[in-house]
Amino acid sequence: MSAEGGLTTTGYIQHHLTNLAVCSDAAKDAAGHCHGFWTFHLDTLLVSGLLGLVVFGLMAKAAGSASSGVPGKLQNFVEMVVGLVDQQVRDTFHGKSALVTPLAITIFVWVFVMNAMDLIPVDFLPIAAGAVGVHYLKAVPTTDPNLTFAMSITVFFIMLWMNVKVKGFGGFMHEVFSAPFGAKLAPVNFIFRVVEDIAKPISLALRLFGNMYAGEMVFILIALLGIWQLPLALPWALFHILIITLQAFVFMMLTIVYMSMASESH
Amino acid sequence: MNINATLIGQAIWFALFIWITMKYVWPPLQKAMADRQAQIAEGLAAAERGKHEQELAAKRSADALREAKEKSAEFVAQAEKRAQQIVEEAKGNAKVEADKIVAGAKAEIEQEVERAKQQLRERVAELAVAGAEKILRKEINASVHADMLGALKQDL
Repeated sequence: MSAEGGLTTTGYIQHHLTNLAVCSDAAKDAAGHCHGFWTFHLDTLLVSGLLGLVVFGLMAKAAGSASSGVPGKLQNFVEMVVGLVDQQVRDTFHGKSALVTPLAITIFVWVFVMNAMDLIPVDFLPIAAGAVGVHYLKAVPTTDPNLTFAMSITVFFIMLWMNVKVKGFGGFMHEVFSAPFGAKLAPVNFIFRVVEDIAKPISLALRLFGNMYAGEMVFILIALLGIWQLPLALPWALFHILIITLQAFVFMMLTIVYMSMASESH
Repeated sequence: MNINATLIGQAIWFALFIWITMKYVWPPLQKAMADRQAQIAEGLAAAERGKHEQELAAKRSADALREAKEKSAEFVAQAEKRAQQIVEEAKGNAKVEADKIVAGAKAEIEQEVERAKQQLRERVAELAVAGAEKILRKEINASVHADMLGALKQDL
């Protein structure tokens, strides 16, 4: 059931939801847990980074040897994924930008592979890590809000940059203070705009985090059922494939929509 | 749920992967895909052109065949005409030659007849003289009557 047999149900769940954190000794409490801002979740950083390096390295390799002739299997697959994302970008984003398509590809592929870590049985990686002396491991990086917020905040800044680049700083400020109610209600417009723009990264990050965290939680609860987990884990995993893909797609799609909004004048 | 410095690390990862995709994944793939699209379009256009050209060639070859047939028929007709002409000419030539030969032969025959007549004349005269000599041996001297015989020879 769990890595250490003596754990209670609560302990088991908590164990599964604790990141492998590192921080300075000063930031540790009596039990050795890290607190404060200067804490790093090593599991999130390493798993997401390695997955990204592998998958984007593979894509870069396929793209580097890509030819206009008959594509190989890897190139064909990469082209299929990239083509799908590119189609979405073409349908939604009408400006000219060398950044939007690569950004959308990165988000879709990276979020997808990180979400897909959820399909590895919940105890598999923590027990394997425990065997080599690592006591906490949260294998699905997208269940860490630090990752989802890092992505959504990056998207937010790219969005601001896109606004300024397309409309100019003056144009952007004019839009912020005069839309949607006209220049007479500038403070109201500004507050509306701030709320609207702040809501974007928060909803992006929390949607992905919430979905994956809940999905992971269900896997953990199913794993607590002893022998009954066998008939339950498979259907949930099959269903979860849908969520994995859907959440990656939604994150990508909303990013494209935000970029599109940023590059069009109101 | 606690927000901490992991956020910074993840943002760096994210930026790195965007950069990789932007520099090493998307441009070559986009180029390959666009090139392939262009190649396929070109291939289809070439096929269309080829088909059109083939149709034209078929038409041209049919034209050429028809023309060749017409020309050959003309040649045959001309050749037949020329052959007839040659036969006609040959016939004419043969007739002229035959006439010439016939005329030559006639002339020769006439000459021969003339010569035979001459000989006969001489022979008749001789026979007559010989007969007359035999008859007149006793009373007629050949030399005396030579003038008369000569005149007779002329009359014959």
